[in-house]
Amino acid sequence: MSTPLTAEIAHHLAARARWRPAEIAFWLIALASVIALPGWHLLLTQVAILGLFALSLDLILGFAGIISLGHAAFFGFGAYVAGILAARGLVAEPMLALVISGVAAALLGWATSFLVLRGSDLTRLMVTLGLALVLYEIANRLVWLTGGADGLSGFAMAPVLGWFDFDIAGHVGYAYSLAVTFVLFLLARRLIFSPFGLSLRSLKENALRAAAIGIPPRRRLVAIYAVAAGYAGVAGALLAQTTQFASLATLDFERSADVLLALIIGGAGYLYGGLIGAVAFKLMQEWISGVTPQYWGFWLGLVLVLIVLVGRAPLQYVRAFLPRSHLASAALRSGRG
Amino acid sequence: MPMALETVGLERHFEGIVAANHVSLSVEKGARRALIGPNGAGKTTLVNLITGMLRPSAGRILLEGEDITDQPPDQRARLGLVRTFQINQLFASLTPLETIGLAVSERLGAGADWWRIVGRKSEVVQNIVDVLDRFHLTDVMYERTMTLPYGKQRLLEIALAIACRPRVLLLDEPAAGVPESERHELLAAIAALPADVTVLLIEHDMDLVFAFADRISVLVNGAVFVEGTPDEVARDPRVKAVYFGDDLDA
Amino acid sequence: MLTVLFDGIAYGMLLFVLSAGLAVTLGVMNFVNLAHGAFAMAGGYVAVLLINRLGVPFFAALPLVFVATAAIGGVLERTLYVRVYAKSHLEQVLFTIGLVFMAVAAVDYTVGSGQVFLELPEMLKGQFHVLGAGIGKYRLAIIVLCGLITVALQYALARTRFGSRLRAAVDNPTVARGLGINVGRVFAVTFAVGSGLAGLGGALGAEIVGLDPVFPLKYMIYFLIVVTVGGTSSMTAPFAAAILLGLGDVAGKYYVPQLGAFVIYTMMIAVLIWRPQGLFARGATR
Repeated sequence: MSTPLTAEIAHHLAARARWRPAEIAFWLIALASVIALPGWHLLLTQVAILGLFALSLDLILGFAGIISLGHAAFFGFGAYVAGILAARGLVAEPMLALVISGVAAALLGWATSFLVLRGSDLTRLMVTLGLALVLYEIANRLVWLTGGADGLSGFAMAPVLGWFDFDIAGHVGYAYSLAVTFVLFLLARRLIFSPFGLSLRSLKENALRAAAIGIPPRRRLVAIYAVAAGYAGVAGALLAQTTQFASLATLDFERSADVLLALIIGGAGYLYGGLIGAVAFKLMQEWISGVTPQYWGFWLGLVLVLIVLVGRAPLQYVRAFLPRSHLASAALRSGRG
Repeated sequence: MPMALETVGLERHFEGIVAANHVSLSVEKGARRALIGPNGAGKTTLVNLITGMLRPSAGRILLEGEDITDQPPDQRARLGLVRTFQINQLFASLTPLETIGLAVSERLGAGADWWRIVGRKSEVVQNIVDVLDRFHLTDVMYERTMTLPYGKQRLLEIALAIACRPRVLLLDEPAAGVPESERHELLAAIAALPADVTVLLIEHDMDLVFAFADRISVLVNGAVFVEGTPDEVARDPRVKAVYFGDDLDA
Repeated sequence: MLTVLFDGIAYGMLLFVLSAGLAVTLGVMNFVNLAHGAFAMAGGYVAVLLINRLGVPFFAALPLVFVATAAIGGVLERTLYVRVYAKSHLEQVLFTIGLVFMAVAAVDYTVGSGQVFLELPEMLKGQFHVLGAGIGKYRLAIIVLCGLITVALQYALARTRFGSRLRAAVDNPTVARGLGINVGRVFAVTFAVGSGLAGLGGALGAEIVGLDPVFPLKYMIYFLIVVTVGGTSSMTAPFAAAILLGLGDVAGKYYVPQLGAFVIYTMMIAVLIWRPQGLFARGATR
């Protein structure tokens, strides 16, 4: 009865998680950019950071169906923790500081998750927005710690792992950011293809039935929310470390809106959307800011409006080349949690 | 020896309507209990109360002697109290393989594993295969649930509950909406349920009820009206009156 | 203390008028309109145009502001919003945020980013002195005007035919349509009125909370709090929520200036911990 069938099924399930050629190509290109595009490294660092940030948002939006208007709270929190660690000479080695920032952000995510998971979509919007605003105010007030409106600046970064000194042209910064993003991506990919990831998906599809078969909704959602917060915190820390600057802008509503747009451009729910969207977003931003620096917000808004009216994330056609296991329809359509 | 499932004075009020009126049920281990009654009698409400989707206004629920009245639905499922839904509640874009896999993983304590790739644990896979096989779903196991015909979806609905290895299984109108041609598979699956599983069946199909049940509870207006063996219930004139509308106070 | 109480109530009533439209839109159409603040802003700027530039008297300008913003709302509803009703909450959020950004940038571009001030009529300037406390004449006028608006709203909802059509459309649009109620028109009118109210609130509030292009973003959280805490199933609950919020904010900023801004956030969190569906709503927020 079973052994050949069992083997076949096991094989089928394992094949779900196998790396597709398109994925390998993506990361090879990314790796190549370290060597082949030295002049672009400063911009590409921003892309990598935004990509990681958008990936973190995908974890909660695309996979758990939680709409957040304040994800920048964790980003900024991570940025400030890393900045303070460096500015105060508390932790010299950047990688270690990065880990600490990520863990700190994850703890913040865990602590606030109980607020976010209560109530309806509307309540969540309000709570996530409110949390980011609270953090912004705190950062604004605690001038002795955060530099207030001026932000934290002028701190020097020690060499990464004691070896690689941050250079003006941003080569080390890019390699560092890309490496961190890649490692965290691998972890996220593993998570998505795990039983935990499958249970998240079931919660998004039919929370009622998921609970009825014994899946604890809150525990799982709290876990992913904390992980996503941690990822966002790492992205923020990377920004602080590579630019040697941590400011209130990292906690701003526009930051939350930017990352939301980047994810939506790329498409939520299949892990690569955040990365691809970050590339598109940054390119778009560079181009538009070159033309009209002051009114970038208008064009940002217009793109959002058009994407919704058109109804499809522009770049998510690439999903055909990527592992199927993720949600069939874009988070746009299944946005109802 | 405690009852497999017991409700004690269960009540549920909604804005002036009494959906459950002091319902006290006792179901022994391994029993095949049918719950019948006219539309609107409160059968599904009772199941919702027992499984935790609704909070009772009063009363208690005991699972093998343990008070579960304050437990959330997922906790009750983990304790072995599992239900199926009258209208299929499935995961549309998951395959039967993934769906059953979810339940089995959860039951074997592997549901929260975040590091392992799905499919690597052979014990889980073996269990999945057993369930799929028993419900004749192996031929469609790789297809998305939303593409399956209704009969197969209904089988999956029940298979999913079985995959949880319930101690007490609540079946809410399992034959509802299933065309004649696909019924026999379903009925065979219900008949083949393990003997140590306690089953509470809600149904309108009287053939199924009388073939299945060792004891029947009749629910009317949210209260247990009559209870007895199938013969007793079939012969009881009050039950006939309730179903065919004779005036009870006559 | 009396002044704080008075100012808090005035602020609260203003917040209510500003948020009422959002509560109704959300309750009626289950639509999350984060661009609601943009209509308020539009009303404020229209008022500035009418009063400062064109010399229209203050009290005459107010109804004009209402009509103008209602018209803008109506047009946008029929052309843009109607396409988004059927979409998910996420898409609605994205869409309306996009609109806000566009509105903010557009106003910045046309009018500049500085704060603008309304020229108040003489009779509304200054204070009365009652029981040793200063009662601002303008704030008194706000209370009176907003009070009238609230009463009118409640009357319209409860007593008029439109009100019953609206309530029917909220309870069950399908059945309402079956009864011959033109649900689309009900939505359009509701949205327009809600926007008009927001515009009126924006005009009235220009003096109290300031008017600049980032107003919709700054106050988004306030509207959200009022609607979430008060729920959408009645007028009285958001009203009470708005008053509480207004009092809390003013009192907080007065008595604890260091932490003033945090008072509303703390209130929001406290309410959510205690009653996740909002203080007064009975599971009304969907």
